[in-house]
Amino acid sequence: MEQFLQQLASGLANGAIYACVALALVMIYVSTDHLNFAQGEMAMFSTYISWQLMSWGLSFWTAFIAAVLISFVLGVLIERVILRPLHNAPVLSVVVVFIGLLAICNSMAGAIWSYLIKEYPSPFPKSSFGIAGVIGPHQLGVVLVTLIVLGLLFTFFRYTPLGLAMRAAAQNPSMARLVGVRVDWMLALGWGLAAAVGAVAGIMVAHIVYLDPNMMGGILLYAFASALVGGIGNPGGAVIGGFIVGVLENMVAFAGNQIEKATGVYIIGNGEKLTVALIIVIFVLTVKPAGLFGRVVVKRV
Amino acid sequence: MPRFPRKWLIVLIVLAVVIPLLRPVLPDTVSDYRLFLVSTMMIAAIAVLGLNLLTGFNGQISLGHGAFYAVGAYTAAILMDQANMPYWATLPAAAVVCFIVGYLFGLPALKLEGHYLALATFALALAVPQILKYKWLEGLTGGVQGIVLSKPEVPFGLPLTEDQWLYYYCFVVLVFLYWAAHNILNSRSGRAMMAIRDYHIAADTMGIDTALYKTVTFGISAAYTGIAGALSASAIAFVAPDSFNIFLSIKFLIGLVVGGIGSLTGSIVGGIFYVLVDNSAQALSTFAKNDLGLQFDLSAYTVFGILLIVLMFLMPTGIVGGIYALWRSLHRGPAIVDPHAAPAPAKSASQPATERSH
Repeated sequence: MEQFLQQLASGLANGAIYACVALALVMIYVSTDHLNFAQGEMAMFSTYISWQLMSWGLSFWTAFIAAVLISFVLGVLIERVILRPLHNAPVLSVVVVFIGLLAICNSMAGAIWSYLIKEYPSPFPKSSFGIAGVIGPHQLGVVLVTLIVLGLLFTFFRYTPLGLAMRAAAQNPSMARLVGVRVDWMLALGWGLAAAVGAVAGIMVAHIVYLDPNMMGGILLYAFASALVGGIGNPGGAVIGGFIVGVLENMVAFAGNQIEKATGVYIIGNGEKLTVALIIVIFVLTVKPAGLFGRVVVKRV
Repeated sequence: MPRFPRKWLIVLIVLAVVIPLLRPVLPDTVSDYRLFLVSTMMIAAIAVLGLNLLTGFNGQISLGHGAFYAVGAYTAAILMDQANMPYWATLPAAAVVCFIVGYLFGLPALKLEGHYLALATFALALAVPQILKYKWLEGLTGGVQGIVLSKPEVPFGLPLTEDQWLYYYCFVVLVFLYWAAHNILNSRSGRAMMAIRDYHIAADTMGIDTALYKTVTFGISAAYTGIAGALSASAIAFVAPDSFNIFLSIKFLIGLVVGGIGSLTGSIVGGIFYVLVDNSAQALSTFAKNDLGLQFDLSAYTVFGILLIVLMFLMPTGIVGGIYALWRSLHRGPAIVDPHAAPAPAKSASQPATERSH
């Protein structure tokens, strides 16, 4: 039972990370209809930036905030410089550009900071407290930070004029433009926010998976699965989907372990995490493309 | 694009056949290492050709062709390792297995378009190394260790080195597959494939069985890439799961984009290109450090990434298509727009540069 609770807790912590990255994906998707295949590598790059700042002597939280801000600026720049001219380009061009970004981020991080795996500190106190043994302090911290970020984003989009303008630009660009919203800049801001949220996820997860240029590959896949489960056009759905997928991932591995213990037959374990994500992605895409909370899109031909 | 003049094609083939035989005369120019490098280029060209059949000519985006390459390589390796099959017999086997796998993957892909298909294949590419390491398959695949094979031996006591033989082996396969692809594309079926790419609904209305064509194209494309995988397994005499990661699929994509989306000749250029850049990574890095004054290594993937982005802006039809367009504009002045030409559909997945496959 205790093992089960442990798995549940770590599933929730992973879920928080997936929720963040999924939210970043959804923010870009709703405004531009693009799936950002480079989201994970961008987050990885931001995490390296924070690591670099820390190794220059900044404290964890200063480096955290600085890295998130830098990521925001980089995200805006990427949108303005690279993706802006491709707004009406064919899907293949956009996908190719994202893959190009992925390759650049990955290889640049490897070139600048080397492919050696680095340890990444946790900002949360070492002592376990309260529900000791079930949930570690870092996991609890991750969930808290994620919830704070999500709360801030919700407040921003729900209660500020800028948030409203961004939602309008995403929902109906031509109408928004008519009432004076600078749609192009709203898209760039959305990209910046997505990069910033991704950076938070990267920095939070780096302590768990260690820092290396390939650390986000699996997480990105799970984030895609989360976004799809929640309905890819729905930010709230993406967050819930993140937690669902995070728990599901750990439960599948846990069940696999139990079966192996009981019967001695190995079916599934930690080594098949990406395969599970692949199955979730293809299953949702083919069986229920709208996800749990998404709108069914009817296309007129 | 113009038909490649037949006499030049013959000259090229004769050169490709004769040059490796000069090895005893010019041991420095035609070294074993260079012959091996050209063999890997031909293998890469076949893989890119496979991807081009699917993405360039049928409009289905795949970021996961590394998966089919892996299936082909492992099929060949397992057959050689467990069943002691001769290396040349593994090619048809790999083709059949990959065709089936590709066809099966093509079924759910029918429901997916554009970004979503890219996502599904991207997920496939990410998951491949893990699937290959699956515990139940370990007896066959050798798990993390992979399988060690031996290089193809020179048959009939021919006076060739192993690398010379490998070169001819790859060359024959490439020529055959190129010829087959050329014929497929210039047939009724090929025109149906391209019609589906250009306007799916119109093709459907014309009576083309789009579902059948799309899944079979997926299968054929996977078979091509699988054959390339099988060739690579015997060429480098080793397979291991972690070499079939997402970056392998990215290499195929760079080959596709550089060579030209929807161009057969371009696939060859693309394959040659990515092997060349991959192999000159060290030289590239030294160049960047000494001549450009960069503080860090410039890896092949940085170049790939930058090229992917720049090409999408400057030459969306690839280098071959771009050079051809340039050549045409230089020779015949600005292109005359045919008022009767049908407008291109606004939202086709790829940019069909050419109707003909040359």
